[in-house]
Amino acid sequence: MITRWIFGAGLGAALAVMASANGPVERVNQAKVMDGGLVRSLSEYGFFADAGLQQPSAGVIPYRLNTPLYSDGAEKLRFVYLPPRTRAISQGDDLLDLPVGTALIKTFAFGSGADRRLVETRVLLHRTEGWVALPYLWNAAGTEAMLVVAGARVDVTTPKGEEISYRVPNKNQCKECHGVNGVVTPIGPKARNLSQEWLRQFVQAGHLDSVPVGSDVLPLWESRKSASSEAAARAYLDVNCAHCHRPGATASNSGLDLRWEQRDPQAIGIGKRPVAAGRGAGGLLFDIVPGKPADSILLYRMQSTEGGVAMPELGKTTVDQDGVAVVRHWIEGL
Amino acid sequence: MNKLNAGCLAALLLVSISQPAAAKTTTIAAGEGAQERLQEALILAEPGDVVTLGAGRFLLTDGLSLDVDGVVLRGAGMDQTVLDFTAQQGSGEGLLVTSDKVTLRDFAIENPKGDGVKSKGADDIVYYRIRVTWTNGPAATNGAYGIYPVESTGILIDGAKVSGASDAGIYVGQSRRITIRNSIAEANVAGIEIENSRDALVEGNLATRNTGGILVFDLPSLPVMGGGNVIVRSNLVVANDTPNFAPPGNIVAGVRRGTGVLVMANDGVLVEGNVLADNPTAHVMVVAYTQEFTDTRYNPFPRNVVVKQNSFGRGGYDPQLDGKDALLAAFGGALPSVMWDGLQQADTGLTVTKGVTGWSLNLPEVGKGMAGAQPAPLAVPEPTFTFAFDTVGAPANLEQRLAQ
Repeated sequence: MITRWIFGAGLGAALAVMASANGPVERVNQAKVMDGGLVRSLSEYGFFADAGLQQPSAGVIPYRLNTPLYSDGAEKLRFVYLPPRTRAISQGDDLLDLPVGTALIKTFAFGSGADRRLVETRVLLHRTEGWVALPYLWNAAGTEAMLVVAGARVDVTTPKGEEISYRVPNKNQCKECHGVNGVVTPIGPKARNLSQEWLRQFVQAGHLDSVPVGSDVLPLWESRKSASSEAAARAYLDVNCAHCHRPGATASNSGLDLRWEQRDPQAIGIGKRPVAAGRGAGGLLFDIVPGKPADSILLYRMQSTEGGVAMPELGKTTVDQDGVAVVRHWIEGL
Repeated sequence: MNKLNAGCLAALLLVSISQPAAAKTTTIAAGEGAQERLQEALILAEPGDVVTLGAGRFLLTDGLSLDVDGVVLRGAGMDQTVLDFTAQQGSGEGLLVTSDKVTLRDFAIENPKGDGVKSKGADDIVYYRIRVTWTNGPAATNGAYGIYPVESTGILIDGAKVSGASDAGIYVGQSRRITIRNSIAEANVAGIEIENSRDALVEGNLATRNTGGILVFDLPSLPVMGGGNVIVRSNLVVANDTPNFAPPGNIVAGVRRGTGVLVMANDGVLVEGNVLADNPTAHVMVVAYTQEFTDTRYNPFPRNVVVKQNSFGRGGYDPQLDGKDALLAAFGGALPSVMWDGLQQADTGLTVTKGVTGWSLNLPEVGKGMAGAQPAPLAVPEPTFTFAFDTVGAPANLEQRLAQ
């Protein structure tokens, strides 16, 4: 009977039915986002129509950041999902206030074209009790990613050809970067680091109340040469460092505050002595010495790959030469 | 049921209610996959759980972290269970604790790339018989801090043993209600350090072979200010004579080799009943912070520092000070036990019990170096300052966890 129905209805339609029944899920499983506990596999959420190709399901919207976090040169595919009939609220240039039920999804990939390999996907789920961060490690075939609460190490080749042991963070390490005052919170989707165009579309789609004032002010990373050296460097430090180096976060005790909005020269490191840097100070006296990048601890630590010295401590293994260049140029001109 | 039984039953009910419903014990053995197995256990633990580490050497490649309240992480002894970070690739410390009411006991951490154990914003934490060792001995390439609680209220460190730290063996920063006792700090730059913290008791410890034994001070430009009410008593502070091996640029890189107890820029510090011997620069040094600062909340002076009776042995015989030879000649071959820079605010600087000998540089101004120094025997009043003993030290309920 099934056979007759398939042939009778035509192959195309039948395949479509089968796909929706057995193939890639096309709808987000809201229950898993909201209340799924430690969801074991990424596919259970249904974020992707085609996971291997990273084609999102209906309602899962790709976005990019003007200035991104450096992650050993990984390509990063970012998506946001809001439950139907909910919308985010603008909060000036800061984080969008995303409703309960939101999922932020970020996949890390190395290689390009047919050789692209998905390594990990990190998800941030806005549940009733707060945000939950979970890391997923892709299988070799790139067909499924499984929860790795303890993290993992994966051998990868960076775009610059460096062979590295890439660190997939554990669940606690997610919070080390995403924690503010002990609570997990998103970092990326701040209005200042999102394009006006994307925000407008987000509003039009009914996902946001209004285009925030102060949005889209961080320079586009690939166009950083046309931005001021200060804007490029401060944007880089905001995105790469300030999730820890700010009040209430992991490195608050250092007194160094690298947020974009911080205007006190000493707080951002100019003429500031280290506190608990240990050998991380590299024998230097101040975080930033105007005009003297080689005397600045901040740059010294950015250029290290050694545990206990290298900054950021988590999320990267190699030196971001582009980031170093931007920060060096800024310090030279101070 | 008689009244007594009813009372017992009520007490039992109370106990069972106050305990987590189903505290469980997870045991992790050393061996293959220890990194993932142990980290997973720390993540999946529920409040009140015990994670037990077997005897043996755990070979670890990444820092560990604990973010669940009320967990006990317990090894088979500081010489039996070793978390070996010699091959560590990432993270700034061996173990990071970010949750409250955690108990760490009976294990060792060796050769972490950065700090040994860091607990940040982790209130009511107990460190009991924890050992942190850099096995190559003192070296600038060692991590900064062995045991490193910061931004926390309620800290009990008992029976710890730390050696080789390139900054401080046991460091407590920006915290309140602290007890450090019965611990050994050997061959670190600073043995024990209390920084920007209040209500600390440092008692019954051995600090030896460090550059400086016990340091109490405040630094500017930190989120938490106003350190003080610190009691340093009944410690053995002997032979702190290791040349300073801190990386330059760190505040402790300025500590003179041979300092017993150093007090700088703090309010209310009592030094009493200690045995101080063979500290070649000074048994007790009381100084102002001399570097420039812009932080308006910061007070660079030591205030209300009290030195009472201590056992002062040989000391001050090889001071790492400018004008050493002239000073030694002037004081008859060895400097008196207590050294003061003479800088103070409204006469609140230093008082000593009758019979305590000392000397002062009599510096006229903060931040002007040794210019204008007029070294002379110490002449300060006897102590009248009252310490808030009732709030000194870790809250009493942390004690109970030691017996469990």
